[in-house]
Amino acid sequence: MAFIEIDEVDLIYRNSAGDEDDSGTLALQGASVTMERGDFIALVGPSGCGKSTLLKVVAGLIRANKGRVSVAGQVVDRPLKIVGMAFQNATLLPWRSTRENVLLPLEIVEPHRQQFRREKAKYEALADELLATVGLEGFGDRAPWQLSGGMQQRAQLCRALVHEPDLLLLDEPFGALDAFTREELWDVLQTLYMNRKCTVMLVTHDLREAVYLADKVFVMSARPGRMILERDIEMERPRTLEHMYRRETVELVQELRHHINIARSDDE
Amino acid sequence: MSSKTVERLSPWLVTLACIVIWEIGVRLFDVPAVVLPTASSSFYAIWEFRVALWHNAVPTLIATLLGFGIAVVFGIVLGVFIGISKPVYAALYPLLVAFNSIPKVAVVPILMVWFGIGLTTATITAFILCFFPIVVNVAVALATIEPELRDVLRALGAHERDIVIKVGIPRSLPYLFASLKIAITLAFVGAVIAETVAGGDGIGHLMLVASSNFNMSLMIAGLIVIAAMAIGMYAIFAVLDSRLTGWATRGDIQYATAGG
Repeated sequence: MAFIEIDEVDLIYRNSAGDEDDSGTLALQGASVTMERGDFIALVGPSGCGKSTLLKVVAGLIRANKGRVSVAGQVVDRPLKIVGMAFQNATLLPWRSTRENVLLPLEIVEPHRQQFRREKAKYEALADELLATVGLEGFGDRAPWQLSGGMQQRAQLCRALVHEPDLLLLDEPFGALDAFTREELWDVLQTLYMNRKCTVMLVTHDLREAVYLADKVFVMSARPGRMILERDIEMERPRTLEHMYRRETVELVQELRHHINIARSDDE
Repeated sequence: MSSKTVERLSPWLVTLACIVIWEIGVRLFDVPAVVLPTASSSFYAIWEFRVALWHNAVPTLIATLLGFGIAVVFGIVLGVFIGISKPVYAALYPLLVAFNSIPKVAVVPILMVWFGIGLTTATITAFILCFFPIVVNVAVALATIEPELRDVLRALGAHERDIVIKVGIPRSLPYLFASLKIAITLAFVGAVIAETVAGGDGIGHLMLVASSNFNMSLMIAGLIVIAAMAIGMYAIFAVLDSRLTGWATRGDIQYATAGG
């Protein structure tokens, strides 16, 4: 059995709660994804196609109206307990230092939660080590608002990974960054992924980002979202920016863009 | 003088200038003392009536602080419930808004019938005038936790209680302090209104008596004493605010403000 199985999932957003006649908005229709443990996949598609919604369905934050979702053999019918998530908005807590922000998941997830006070020094060392691997050595004591946007996203990645989750869900984590910082962070994320071998689902608007990072790219249709293309990316790791300028990579990005354009025009 | 020093001194200089203009204006236009006494005679009246002012300032301060204290406890508890629960919000918010739109001075005669003249009526008036901004600010802070942050925590298996403790309460502190600065001045308004309408002890009552005696300088002196007490309490909360929630002035949280 695959690590993640999303099978023919429908999801309807109700516009108003408790309204019987309200048919709602169909966000996903027959969306299916299968991935093995340790896979890195990217979801791309026209805006509003339900990419982010699909991540929330996998995390158990919202329940599918139809179809079946399972993670590690368990049917997802409530929030999964140890998923790492990161978003476009870094949402670091301004009253905590960067280090304390990274430690937040350990105050919530079992079994760390029980021993957090006792083992605080050990956990702080762990957080500092993790911050160093993303290039934030010595920034643990800074307040998050003293960090640049790119640095905040690095810290957010640390927060998403500190409890060593099996599954990492990323919703356009680099969407608000400038192009140079974004490319730098692709490499940071790739390194983290290669060291930890967790399973990653990345939602992105950036096709080059999807190709750089993922082993497999899923192209989604316009709303209601379903998969229209599944494309393996067979490039050796570690990938570098130089890979992105190779002819076959450029052609691959063009091909994906072509499919998204078709999906968008179907919508109109 | 550096521009920093000018900035720090400017409020004092402007205040001083207002007092000087007041003094000179009254003398220049020969304004009768029953209409507006001079600044100097008003300040002298504070000294002259110091015993009466002290005896009446203490009950005003006690009623204000009691009413304010009850409002803080009640406001935080109610604010937390409204902020974390949609049904409670739906049930109570319209009621609160309706209640807040009643002119509070109109409630004082009713309170007088129920609680008589004195401390209880003044305390309750102070309370009802100042609890609303506290409730609203705490509720807004809790209801506006970023949905992404909520998702991050829920995906870790956090309970609603974890989210309130780890995020909701620290996040609501700057909102709370902003509301406390508004609420403490409103509490003074409430206590003085009650004393003026219902009588008993207090600066409000003293001013009413002074008014019936055409003792204008005592009335102005009473105003100055109330203002000094209110500014003092405001300053205490402003200092507490900057000590405890300094992070907020650099963060990107926006305050919701509410009047009484």
